[in-house]
Amino acid sequence: MNPALSVLLFTTLSGAGLGLLMWASMLWALSPALAGRSATIAALCVGGALLSTGLGFSFFHLGQPLRAWRAFSQWRTSWLSREAVVAVATLLATGICVVAVWRDHRGLAVQLAAAVLASLALLTVIATAGIYASLKPIRAWNNGFVAPFLVSAAMWSGGCLLWLVFAVHGMALPPVGLLALLLIAGASLGIKLRYWLFIDAAADRADAVHVTGLGGNSAVRPAEAPHTESNYLLREMGFVVARRHARRLRLMVMVGGFAVPAAALLFAQWLGRIEVPFAALACLAVIGALFIERWLFFAQARHAVVGYYR
Amino acid sequence: MTSLPAASKRKLGLVIDLDICVGCHACAVACKSWNEQGQFGPLPDESPYGRDPMGVWFNRVHTYEVEAGNPLPPGSGTAAVSNPPSAAVARTGMAQAPMTVHFPRSCLHCEQPDCVTVCPTGASYKRAKDGIVLIDEDKCIGCKLCSWACPYGAREYSEVRGVMQKCTLCVDRIYNQSLEPADRQPACVLACPTRARHFGDLGDVDSPVSQLSAARGGFALQPELGYLPVNRYLPPRERRDGNAGTTSTDEPIERERLSPLLRWVDRILSR
Amino acid sequence: MTDKPIDLHRPVGDATTTTTCYMCACRCGIRVHLRNGEVVYIDGNREHPVNRGVICAKGAAGAQQHRSPARLATPLLRVGERGSGEFREISWEEALALATRWLGDIRQRNPDELAFFTGRDQSQALTGWWAQQFGTINYAAHGGFCSVNMAAAGMYTLGSAFWEFGEPDWEHTRYLMLWGVAEDHDSNPLKLGLGKLKGRGAKIVAINPVKTGYAAIADEWIGIRPGTDGLLVGALIHELLHADRVDLDFLVRYSNAHWLVIDDPGGAEDGLFARDMDGHPLCAARNPAGGSILQRADLIDIAPQVVGPVALADGRRAVPAFQRLAERFTGEEYAPELVAARCGVPATTIRRLARELAAAAFDDPLRLPVAWTDVHGRQHPDMPGRPVSMHAMRGISAHSNGFQTCRMLHVLQLILGAIETPGSFRFQPPYPKGIPPANRPGKTRRDNGALDAAPLGFPQSPADLLVDAEGKPRRIDKAFSWEFPLAVHGMLHTVIRNAHAGDPQRIDTLLMFMANMSWNSAMATSETMRMLTDRDPASGDYVIPRIIYSDAYASEMVAYADLILPDTTYLERHDAISLLDRPISDADAAIDGIRHPVVPPGRDVRPFQSVLLDLGARLGLPGMVRDDGSARYPSGFAQYMVEHERSPGVGLLAGWRGADGVQSGVGPPNPNQLDRYAANGCFFRAEVPAAARYFKMANRDYLDWARGMGFVGSTQAQVLALYAEPLQRFRLAALGHGPIQPPERERARVAAYFDPLPFWYPPFEGARLDASAFPLAAVTQRPMFQYHAWGSQNRWLRQIAARNFLYVHPETGASLGLADDNWAELSSHLGHITVPVRHHAGVEPGTVWTWNAIGKRRGSWALHADAPEGRRGFLLNHLISDLLPKGGDGDYANSDPITGQAAWYDLRVRLRRAAEPAQSSSQPQFAILPALRGPRRG
Ligand SMILES: Nc1nc2c(c(=O)[nH]1)N[C@H]1C(S)=C(S)[C@@H](COP(=O)(O)OP(=O)(O)OC[C@H]3O[C@@H](n4cnc5c(=O)[nH]c(N)nc54)[C@H](O)[C@@H]3O)O[C@H]1N2
Ligand SMILES: Nc1nc2c(c(=O)[nH]1)N[C@H]1C(S)=C(S)[C@@H](COP(=O)(O)OP(=O)(O)OC[C@H]3O[C@@H](n4cnc5c(=O)[nH]c(N)nc54)[C@H](O)[C@@H]3O)O[C@H]1N2
Ligand code: SF4
Ligand code: SF4
Ligand code: SF4
Ligand code: SF4
Ligand code: SF4
Ligand SMILES: [Mo]
Repeated sequence: MNPALSVLLFTTLSGAGLGLLMWASMLWALSPALAGRSATIAALCVGGALLSTGLGFSFFHLGQPLRAWRAFSQWRTSWLSREAVVAVATLLATGICVVAVWRDHRGLAVQLAAAVLASLALLTVIATAGIYASLKPIRAWNNGFVAPFLVSAAMWSGGCLLWLVFAVHGMALPPVGLLALLLIAGASLGIKLRYWLFIDAAADRADAVHVTGLGGNSAVRPAEAPHTESNYLLREMGFVVARRHARRLRLMVMVGGFAVPAAALLFAQWLGRIEVPFAALACLAVIGALFIERWLFFAQARHAVVGYYR
Repeated sequence: MTSLPAASKRKLGLVIDLDICVGCHACAVACKSWNEQGQFGPLPDESPYGRDPMGVWFNRVHTYEVEAGNPLPPGSGTAAVSNPPSAAVARTGMAQAPMTVHFPRSCLHCEQPDCVTVCPTGASYKRAKDGIVLIDEDKCIGCKLCSWACPYGAREYSEVRGVMQKCTLCVDRIYNQSLEPADRQPACVLACPTRARHFGDLGDVDSPVSQLSAARGGFALQPELGYLPVNRYLPPRERRDGNAGTTSTDEPIERERLSPLLRWVDRILSR
Repeated sequence: MTDKPIDLHRPVGDATTTTTCYMCACRCGIRVHLRNGEVVYIDGNREHPVNRGVICAKGAAGAQQHRSPARLATPLLRVGERGSGEFREISWEEALALATRWLGDIRQRNPDELAFFTGRDQSQALTGWWAQQFGTINYAAHGGFCSVNMAAAGMYTLGSAFWEFGEPDWEHTRYLMLWGVAEDHDSNPLKLGLGKLKGRGAKIVAINPVKTGYAAIADEWIGIRPGTDGLLVGALIHELLHADRVDLDFLVRYSNAHWLVIDDPGGAEDGLFARDMDGHPLCAARNPAGGSILQRADLIDIAPQVVGPVALADGRRAVPAFQRLAERFTGEEYAPELVAARCGVPATTIRRLARELAAAAFDDPLRLPVAWTDVHGRQHPDMPGRPVSMHAMRGISAHSNGFQTCRMLHVLQLILGAIETPGSFRFQPPYPKGIPPANRPGKTRRDNGALDAAPLGFPQSPADLLVDAEGKPRRIDKAFSWEFPLAVHGMLHTVIRNAHAGDPQRIDTLLMFMANMSWNSAMATSETMRMLTDRDPASGDYVIPRIIYSDAYASEMVAYADLILPDTTYLERHDAISLLDRPISDADAAIDGIRHPVVPPGRDVRPFQSVLLDLGARLGLPGMVRDDGSARYPSGFAQYMVEHERSPGVGLLAGWRGADGVQSGVGPPNPNQLDRYAANGCFFRAEVPAAARYFKMANRDYLDWARGMGFVGSTQAQVLALYAEPLQRFRLAALGHGPIQPPERERARVAAYFDPLPFWYPPFEGARLDASAFPLAAVTQRPMFQYHAWGSQNRWLRQIAARNFLYVHPETGASLGLADDNWAELSSHLGHITVPVRHHAGVEPGTVWTWNAIGKRRGSWALHADAPEGRRGFLLNHLISDLLPKGGDGDYANSDPITGQAAWYDLRVRLRRAAEPAQSSSQPQFAILPALRGPRRG
């Protein structure tokens, strides 16, 4: 699939933002004191901003942005519609929570609202994953790894962001937090590695034998395409990435997305001070690497349609 | 509305005969030509006279080379749904010579099409009345998701118009009372010079298209995805080349010892 | 929720008219739908007998051709160097005055200094007549580089031909062999027929080095080596003769198989038919009393003998023609084992094909229950069939051995009795019109300056040639000379070289009409461009002094003309699809048709045919002016179509003749004729009576009907020519007999190739080259979705293919280290091109191929200078020489020695991997042509 910049930016940025929203609102819901008022407000604002930026990118990716409102109507069947609904609900909930926390409402209602926000943020990530995982023509997406990874990646990148917010506010990460973050990172990396093994081994049905139904057990080779120049299908779905190139990029994802931020996290904890630069480094590394990961997620996904051409 | 309607009894669709398709692209161009001016047009072109000409087409004609085949092990391939041409091979038990097969590709008007259910706006829909899958271009936001959901490449996005477009099964022809009854057929079907394309109701087992498909082992594409395509492809017939014919042994012609001319000397002919 | 409301009943347009398609020469009926006067949609006319409603890709894209930005908009006069593409826009008055001055001078001086050559026009009924009235012998259309081998072989053998004058019996045939057919002129009828045949379970065999299109759906593909079909056909004949699977009764009834051939080596009449005092051919027939007697071969109720020598009254020996044939083909020369290696078809396959042919023809008798009367008045209760049919096209004809190979194919059909019998090959009226037709090429000018006959015709003996006293060619293309005696369609591919060389004479003006001679229609394209622009060093003038050209679009050729007469598109003018030209008849009916203006041009362009008539009137040409000197057809070609009579009662159109429009074929002009055509889908169809549909060469009902229609002058039987006696007349001259003999240089050549019985010889180009230096054959194929050069300006059609590749068999590719999309240098004895390569398993490994005419010159056809057609696309024509490689016998055109047919597919090449050229541009490239002002640009 063609890794369109807008979609990559949308999923990485809004993913991180949603992760941040999840962490910050969950913390508030559990313990406003622990979360801290100004750090929470900052975290919610940053999360909301990232989510909005992401949504903005996908909005302008549309052919007819002015009709975007129509996308809220089909939540009964469409993951994209669901995503739109919950994403906007998440934004609204974020706004409400920000105002509430701003006004220093430490009541149960606000905690409840925060819990709702956390679930909405989670649902948004799940809805995004649903979009991809439900696409049967794309073996690399239509599998059980996509949702867990997107959720864990959102929480890992969002967690790094939360650390940065805490650091800026001079707050220390509680040891449980540290542990949780590292566990999430480990899980996320584990899922991605399994995923890569899976797609490398998955029987690729995007070939002429399968998609044409010709041939039975004999090989089918495209002899002439319907057009010598490109078309929408090839531009959108005919993307290919060289194996070697992909291997390099995977390595970058593993190092930048997991090794570097985790090391930064541990090192900063060990040092016990000057956390901000380390946190910033971790955030940049994880978001950058997840961008690459998302690029690969598209670039290495073969759509069945390609089988008609190759 | 992207929820699928209750299964319609009428399932309009195409039956395409791969045995006689010569790959002439007439159906593809006739389709473009009709829809350019029809209810669902135009089908814009980018760079029409320039360096990267491309545009929206609802129908594309591929050509494949199918390598020489062996008979399938018995039981593999469940008749109507998979691995069709080998049916011919299986019948004779002879190796099938390599084949070149032309393969037109357009919307199959699936019974369970995800291209409809994934649409966030309700622009993509399946008609309850006849099962035709259409796009309401006034609702489409151009998110392209439906094209990702279609395994058959039947949907093409128009950069120029910012909306998705696809085969309409010529819904603006097939019921059109301003046309003569004989013209109420898809443009591609009427154009096809070998008459490899047939249109009709595949929901009715007695319809000519259903009968044709049944008689010739019509098959659906990528059945494993569960979209339940309505369109059927008729597999290439058994090719009666030297291997498959009745005269497979080589008996050199009995040669006369004397000049063969002699036998005509006494032949009585009449003028 | 309900479905979106759709206007299901919106009419297509506000008006619909019928006319005839011109996106290729098939000439299908179309319906043009208009909205507010704009063409919005074109589909097939269901009533039309040619296409029955179907329409091909090109036809369906007609609206985009009509709207092409490459359309010329106004007459142009060259201002820059020839070839630079720099023009000044001029008025029609200026253009016509100039042309009149140029042509008027020529006509005063020597009309032959005008060379008038046309491409695949569909208006030869006018252009040939115009040339005749002008008085130039130098006229032809494109047939000489197209498929004249097919046409001539058919006309001299059957009086009909594969090429547009006949067709397989689609309703009854059970076995069809397609020889070298990619697309054909009869595109839609052929496809309709193939679909029908496959549905009926008939077997289709495709003999073709390449397996695409029709060959792909055939039951069997025989990947033959180019130029060797004669060996395969000969071996099939060999097998059938040895197995005695021959329809001798058919042969003696309908052909000259039993006619006695004089066997008098060295004699002046050796090889001619033995005739009685009155010129009737003789045969040996069984004497009821025992033994045999000499009898008139055309008598009925005799028992002719097909083998056995006889003594003629004068003591000379004679043998039946069939015996000559049998002697040739039963020999080992054509034994399957011997030909197999050379043609690439295994002997077992050849034998099987022969058996299948015989079985299909003879073993399951087909008899149509239709009573008929033969030309002798005998009644027959039914029509015995031979359901084997053949169709052949340029794979057979575009070779230097194409005439004889095609004749051999006809012989194969004849011995199977598979000509005009149910299930076999059928003639399309008005053919047969004589075997060959009686008209000879015009040679001398009458007092009024007109030629005594149309410039093209069918020579039957040396007396009919256009040669001077020394036997040198008279025509600029050397057609009808001793080099190419039966060049019945002229030789467009030699005109530019000969005009450049002044050989045999200088010409003044080259007038061309829709022939892209500086690009895809030329052999040796680069060389041709040079010759078109070459100047005489002494005078500084162009060696070819003047070029007038009529095109409708900004083709590559436009840049090479001095004066451009811009034509209309096919939806903007009148045309006659005339029975006097290449007809659109089918075997059951004579059909003709018209085109008429559907929309006004909206540019300053004029229909070329009307322009010709206007020029003719200005020049005062016979037939184009009245006695008072005023124009005879002031309203242009439409008026000519209705009013002109070629002979009394016979005009361009056969339908609705006579004042009241009830006469068909022959009758006085009908002023309302065009309205009648328009009301009838723009065609006229005269059905052949049911009892007259087979055995047309000897069917009394048919011949009576044909005479009534004005097709034939006499209702005598037309005898199929198993043995082609006219060829022997040329050969005898070459052997030193008769008053008109070839120059020394041509003697051996004429003697060798003018064999009255077909034979195979290796194509010339390969025979003159070192086979190891050029180990591969290279051919082109027509793509079904584009017509020569025209398709690329069509925004829809170019989206299917905007570039071409050289297709190479995977094994051949692998042996040369060539993978998909590598670049390769392809070389012939003429030069090199550098092109992108793709593997294609469906090609004979010793052959490479590509689609024809996709490659364009950059800047032409109103395409962007970087369009893939120009940058990546390529022409094979740069490698195809118009001359043979140097042999011992001087320069000959790369042509068939009998008909002059251009031998495009004799091309031999060598292939090797090459570096990717700069900017991935195929090589060679030429200066980018400047854009002409098109109709819609400022
Ligand atoms: N769509 C379309 N239709 C056209 C045209 C067009 O440009 N486009 N052009 C029109 C014109 S002008 C013409 S003349 C006709 C030509 O009609 P065709 O003769 O059908 O066209 P070609 O492409 O010349 O096809 C020649 C075929 O012969 C094969 N061949 C080459 N050499 C040999 C050989 O030695 N033996 C055998 N058995 N086969 C061989 C080639 O592979 C090819 O398939 O088509 C007409 N129709
Ligand atoms: N390599 C290779 N070369 C070949 C062949 C091959 O098989 N291989 N085939 C040969 C054969 S058989 C043929 S017939 C020739 C075809 O050669 P041409 O007859 O030259 O065919 P085109 O170049 O398509 O068309 C000639 C010109 O007609 C113009 N034209 C189109 N419509 C109109 C009109 O309505 N009016 C006027 N005035 N002009 C119009 C076009 O713009 C174009 O410039 O190519 C030959 N060249
Ligand atoms: S072919 Fe594709 S677009 Fe058509 S109904 Fe099926 S899934 Fe949808
Ligand atoms: S592109 Fe249009 S039709 Fe397709 S899913 Fe998006 S809104 Fe629906
Ligand atoms: S049914 Fe109509 S829209 Fe669909 S492919 Fe055929 S012509 Fe095109
Ligand atoms: S028009 Fe008919 S023969 Fe031609 S490509 Fe389409 S289906 Fe095949
Ligand atoms: S075959 Fe196609 S291009 Fe040729 S006349 Fe017929 S419809 Fe037109
Ligand atoms: Mo041609």
